[in-house]
Amino acid sequence: MNRLVRLFRTSIGSKLVVAASGTLLLGFLFVHAGGNLLILKGPDALNGYADWMQGHPLLWGFRLGLLALFAVHVLTAIRLARANRAARPTPYRRIARLGARLPGRLMVFSGLLLLAFLIFHLLHLTVRAVGPEVQPLLDGAGRVDVYGMIVASFSEPLTAAVYLLAMGLLGLHLVHAIEGLFQTLGFNHESYQGLIRLLAPALTLLLVSGFAAIPLLVISGALGGG
Amino acid sequence: MDFTLHIWRQHGAAEAGRFVTYPVRGISPDLSFLEMLDVLNEELVGRGEAPIAFDHDCREGICGSCAMVINGDPHGPLPGTTTCQLYMRHFANGAEITVEPWRARAFPVLRDLIVDRAALDRVIQAGGYVSVNTGAAPDAHALTVSKQAADAAFEAAACIGCGACVAACPNGSAMLFTAAKVVQLAMLPQGRPERARRVIGMVEAMDDAGFGNCTNHYACAEACPKQIPARFIARLNREFLNAALTSREFVELARPHEHEE
Amino acid sequence: MRTPPFDPHTPEGPLAEKWQRHRAEVRLVSPTNRRRYRVIVVGSGLAGASAAASLAELGYQVDCFTFHDSPRRAHSVAAQGGINAAKNYRNDGDSVERLFRDTIKGGDYRSREANVYRLAEISNQIIDHCVAQGIPFARDYAGYLDNRSFGGAQVARTFYARGQTGQQLLLGAYGALSRQVHSGQVRLHTRTEMLDLVVEDGRAAGIISRRLTDGRIGRHAADAVVLATGGYSNIYYLSTNALASNVTAGYRAYRRGAWFANPSFTQIHPTCIPAVEDRQSKLTLMSESLRNDGRIWVPQSAHDERSPADIPDTERDYYLERMYPAYGNLSPRDISSRAAKAVCDEARGVGPGGRGVYLDFAEAIGRLGRRVISDRYGNLFQMYQRITGEDPWQTPMRIYPAAHYSMGGLWVDYDLMTTVPGLFAIGEANFSDHGANRLGASALMQGLADGYFILPQTLGHYLAGRPPLAAQNGTAAFEEAQAAVEARLKRLVAVGGRTPVDVFHRRLGELMWEYCGMSRDRAGLEQALAEIPTLREEFWSGICVCGGSEEFNVVLEKAGRVADYLEFAEVMVRDALAREESCGAHFRTEYQTADGEAQRNDAAFAHVAAWGFRDDGSAPQRAIEPLSFEHLHLAERNYR
Repeated sequence: MNRLVRLFRTSIGSKLVVAASGTLLLGFLFVHAGGNLLILKGPDALNGYADWMQGHPLLWGFRLGLLALFAVHVLTAIRLARANRAARPTPYRRIARLGARLPGRLMVFSGLLLLAFLIFHLLHLTVRAVGPEVQPLLDGAGRVDVYGMIVASFSEPLTAAVYLLAMGLLGLHLVHAIEGLFQTLGFNHESYQGLIRLLAPALTLLLVSGFAAIPLLVISGALGGG
Repeated sequence: MDFTLHIWRQHGAAEAGRFVTYPVRGISPDLSFLEMLDVLNEELVGRGEAPIAFDHDCREGICGSCAMVINGDPHGPLPGTTTCQLYMRHFANGAEITVEPWRARAFPVLRDLIVDRAALDRVIQAGGYVSVNTGAAPDAHALTVSKQAADAAFEAAACIGCGACVAACPNGSAMLFTAAKVVQLAMLPQGRPERARRVIGMVEAMDDAGFGNCTNHYACAEACPKQIPARFIARLNREFLNAALTSREFVELARPHEHEE
Repeated sequence: MRTPPFDPHTPEGPLAEKWQRHRAEVRLVSPTNRRRYRVIVVGSGLAGASAAASLAELGYQVDCFTFHDSPRRAHSVAAQGGINAAKNYRNDGDSVERLFRDTIKGGDYRSREANVYRLAEISNQIIDHCVAQGIPFARDYAGYLDNRSFGGAQVARTFYARGQTGQQLLLGAYGALSRQVHSGQVRLHTRTEMLDLVVEDGRAAGIISRRLTDGRIGRHAADAVVLATGGYSNIYYLSTNALASNVTAGYRAYRRGAWFANPSFTQIHPTCIPAVEDRQSKLTLMSESLRNDGRIWVPQSAHDERSPADIPDTERDYYLERMYPAYGNLSPRDISSRAAKAVCDEARGVGPGGRGVYLDFAEAIGRLGRRVISDRYGNLFQMYQRITGEDPWQTPMRIYPAAHYSMGGLWVDYDLMTTVPGLFAIGEANFSDHGANRLGASALMQGLADGYFILPQTLGHYLAGRPPLAAQNGTAAFEEAQAAVEARLKRLVAVGGRTPVDVFHRRLGELMWEYCGMSRDRAGLEQALAEIPTLREEFWSGICVCGGSEEFNVVLEKAGRVADYLEFAEVMVRDALAREESCGAHFRTEYQTADGEAQRNDAAFAHVAAWGFRDDGSAPQRAIEPLSFEHLHLAERNYR
């Protein structure tokens, strides 16, 4: 255990924590997006999937694990960010080429906004403390009508806009995160640099479009219109 | 050529500093940036004012002494160039030029544009060498080294220790500096026996010196006058994680630098 | 303190056995006693860092001083071309004997046989050690070390790391030093300058230092003091040396009784970027290794203003190849420099002011391809382009000679000890191995031979006869030396003029270049002797250090160094005046052969000239150490 304690006290060890937790979270997001896209197969598929999850014995374990992962990711990143801020007590009057590095420099900013969005998202769709009343709550098979709830929510332009904005932020966050991930874990080689450069925006685009597709389809009337 | 300079003036480490504006006129485009400052300094001395203090020595881009942020770029706007090798022909006539010292907690300002970079020495002291005593070496051809490895080691060894990487990094991180030495010695068979020890010692010394953490912006590599690539940082990460997760040294090695000032 | 005549203490026996025999006979300090001795090393370049590290490895307590912010900045870092060794890895006929002969001949028979032979012997160990340190020397595809050839040699014996060999070797020594700092065996004093030597009972007892960041004066006692403080070519103001390179430590030691040998032997390097601007602060060297593949030429006719591309081959004069067919473009530095000056004096020089010759790679690029040339010299080409704004891939480089290295230095015996017992001088700071002219790639070799291999043996021989920590820093000698340093600083601060120190440095430089530079004559040297005191007086009434001595004052640092140059210049000029012959880099126009070659006078001047300070203000005393050539015969130095 001594080994891990010492590792996590170093800068590179701390970054390993952020990178590793980030990777797991990224994995979760892909699963989440995949689940969401069941909406394309209609109410039955989505509601069935939601119902299967709700009844799963490991649901709470999974949720707690996810929470812990988030906490580790966010808290370690904040700790590093504070150390980084302290490492430059006097700012420069001028900084050249700031724009080119914007996604990277906005990591803390985008991260904190995503955290705020996450809270909203949980209140909205999990706790259902905010957002429109959905009636009836259950579908024809007696399951929670997730499909109906989504369609009703995203039919409100404001909610859809919040979600789309958040997905933009997620993209901003991930495009730097995925590229940095390889670097932090030590995979960066002359021969594969091009591939990694390509992979980060490609994965980001894939994930973000998977999420953003739903509100967009609802707004355009392609989903739930019937 | 004429320029307007905004230069950071700070009398001593404990005193507050400020920007002072100086016009300079009639500068030849064939003067280097430092020679332009020499001209200004001679004018200041002529008026009985203290000249602008800056570190410099070889003036051919190899000693790593000169260090200033010029218009927001460490060593100025030209890639792969130290301040002493930057010529006024690269600036537009009439340009406004802001000149600041390296800014990092680990590099306190001593006077004007001079900062204390001893922290970089401490990183090297913690392991940036092969521990061979004089007289102990076998014949130079006892071990062959592939040209590829020798060239890669050289690419890393080209670091001049100027600290531009730290100055450029938004976090004041010294990862590129540390990586350069770790990678150089990791590439060579002579550096292998101490590989784990070295990377552990150097990374921990780097952390203790008050540098920030790498957040993968690669501003360091852009600023590096010797164009040391950022992928060496990935290699450093790999070397360190490998040593931390698998070597005995990581459990047994003391942390001598922990509370050192 | 020793008085002339000085005995070099060369060991007995056949030349090839002297060093081994000496090593077997020197007194030793036992491992447990070594930690009781404290040694001061001033300077952290190749010689200083290697000596400090090696002494610490042996167990001595070492204090290492550098005026830089880090030991890694010492000017050894700028050496480009390479380091010689007699490995004969190329099977081209090299040997210790041949390296020895080349070096003696290159130095125009003005160096000690025994010292040079030892240097050649040790050269191979240096390469072994540096490779073990992880220095990334150039290698071939099979993984073996590559070599290139250098001026004054017909074998390829130069090991190199692109154009940054000095940097890589220095970083190796810096690493070794850092390791000892880490273990606590070396105390490192950065940004701290030695301002005086303390001599007590005729022996070196320590130094007085000034911490540059706050002006604090320090007294440091030690059992021995080692000066590794480099050369003084910066006396010419425009030189290839770093701007802070200075003679202060050596000159202060001279004033305390260490004799200065051959001060007028300064090397002018043939391949530097010509000066184009009168406010230029330095001349940049282009490694001599470029002469491996570059061809040097000027137009055949005077005042030819055509661009180089427009001058056909038949109208070019490849003058080195013409005059010295055996060595051609790889003729030694002094000869190449003078030849460049000669063609420029004939109005055949090129570039602004006509002070330049072409160094042309067109033929080599055609023969070897761009890639090979880029591998060998890429960074040098880039550097040239940075500085001049011209692209050497398209148009030939322009080069001109510039002051580069000082063969002269503190007189030392075979053990590298000066005339002050307990005071040692190593590397460029001593005079020992290069005679009247140093061959390319030999400075790195000598600095490291002295620091890694010679001094650690011979210093013990001195210490073994002494009780440890005999010196304390509270004695009258330390008080006196500190008071003298402080008084001098006060005097500099009190001048209160309005003239920048650099103005005087530039004027001194112009004067020395004119009268005591690439060629010298009696009238000019006497003129210099008349002008230097005047300039000195103007300095002491005109400068402004613009601040006090108890602060970080970069002007004060510089002023102290220039003040010492202004005194030392006279010693240099006197030496050049007294040596009525031409040898190596010392070219007296009165003494030349019919075809303009240096004419030595072995009957009268086959000796080392050493100069001793007299504190009554009169001219320094000159003493000679005769050079006897038992192994080699004094011969005309022929590179034709």
